Amino acid sequence: MLKVRVIPTMLWKDLGLVKGVSFQSWRRVGTVLPAIKVYNSRDVDELFLLDITANQHTYDLDYDSISDFSNYCFVPFSVGGGIKNLEQIKKLLRVGADKVSLNTAIYETPDLIDLAAKKFGSQCIVASIDVKSVNNDYVCLSHSGSRNTDRNLVSLVKELEDRGAGEILITSIDRDGTMEGYDINLINKITSNINIPVIASGGAGNFFHMKEAIIEGGASAVAAASIFHFTEQTPEQAKIFLHQEGVPVRLTFKE
Amino acid sequence: MKVLIIDYGMGNLGSVKTAVKVLGFKADIVNAPQLIKGADKIILPGVGSFSDAMSELKNNNWFDPLSEHVFNEQKPILGICLGMQLLATTGQEGGQTEGLDFIPGQVSHLTKLGCEKPIPHVGWNDTHVKNKSILFKGIGSGNDFFYVHSYGFLPSNPSAISSIVNYDGEIVASIEKDNVFGTQFHPEKSSKAGLKLLKNFLDL
Repeated sequence: MLKVRVIPTMLWKDLGLVKGVSFQSWRRVGTVLPAIKVYNSRDVDELFLLDITANQHTYDLDYDSISDFSNYCFVPFSVGGGIKNLEQIKKLLRVGADKVSLNTAIYETPDLIDLAAKKFGSQCIVASIDVKSVNNDYVCLSHSGSRNTDRNLVSLVKELEDRGAGEILITSIDRDGTMEGYDINLINKITSNINIPVIASGGAGNFFHMKEAIIEGGASAVAAASIFHFTEQTPEQAKIFLHQEGVPVRLTFKE
Repeated sequence: MKVLIIDYGMGNLGSVKTAVKVLGFKADIVNAPQLIKGADKIILPGVGSFSDAMSELKNNNWFDPLSEHVFNEQKPILGICLGMQLLATTGQEGGQTEGLDFIPGQVSHLTKLGCEKPIPHVGWNDTHVKNKSILFKGIGSGNDFFYVHSYGFLPSNPSAISSIVNYDGEIVASIEKDNVFGTQFHPEKSSKAGLKLLKNFLDL
């Protein structure tokens, strides 16, 4: 049986890792390679590395660094930030990314999803959607949450599924960094409209929040950052809790 | 010990190489068949389609040196994911194609094997040891390994199956026959269980 995943998210800005609240007030929380080594030694299910300033860069993605990181990642490694074309996806997969995560491109060049899914397979294409709640409605934002788009959330995710996205990473900007719990309505709105796996993100403060996102929200994976950066709680403890609550998770290696 | 990772142009090999290094061995990535002479162990990775991979192996004359290593020198080889499927007699991906035929069997699309769940089969899935296994020494049955594949290997002789995984019915997860080994999952992406399995191969 396939397992529900617990995924630490690493936000990459300039030379280090950061974590903010609602995509602002960034705090430095370390550097990338040591974090990857620690998460690997703790037997995590998967890692996400999102370069949150890549969109502002005039130069291309940092393939050399990603190659170094992926060499020390013995679990699936997903990379996002600033991806605009097929050539970049090809290079990222070649330097060791197992999946790429697209955000701004899903609004600006949606055909990239079709092309990439066809060429490299849906399993390596993650569509990442950042959402803010405005007047009881959900607004989708591009450019690391800095620009509103006029896309309707439900029609957007259905379109992404049709185009060949393999997974949806849904982040609530309102909940991001607050540790007050995932936006279950938001997750539900997506999982009830598509069949591909949904990764819940934004708001995890304890393991019960993760259970809610999985059981009530229907998420196939839970991503989290603050809980792992700023509290004593670890991905492994999360999975022990989820296992006890009846969620199918990958438990740590048994001889 | 000389561990070689075969680079025939299909997929990334960096994490396989570092995994071997982290386990205390040294591995070299080789991209020309004449370089595999004197290898103690060969790892055959692979991502992509069966027919593309076989044309690469054939056009670049990998076949003879690989069978020399396996049959004349009787030295171990480990195929990973597509690399395991290439060990079969024939594959169906990209049209019926002859494989290396190191372990007799067929590679077919998972729907042909009766799978009605979404394909590819992607993710962590619990893997169960079936027959006596060298690869799984010290690895309990039921540990999760990481899979990404749309095709499955069915060996002609079931005794070559060392572990299976349940998705929609049983899929062969690993094969072992004398000095020939293969895993459908990616040990280099399967965390501690995967590294332990790689170590078992390297310790041979």
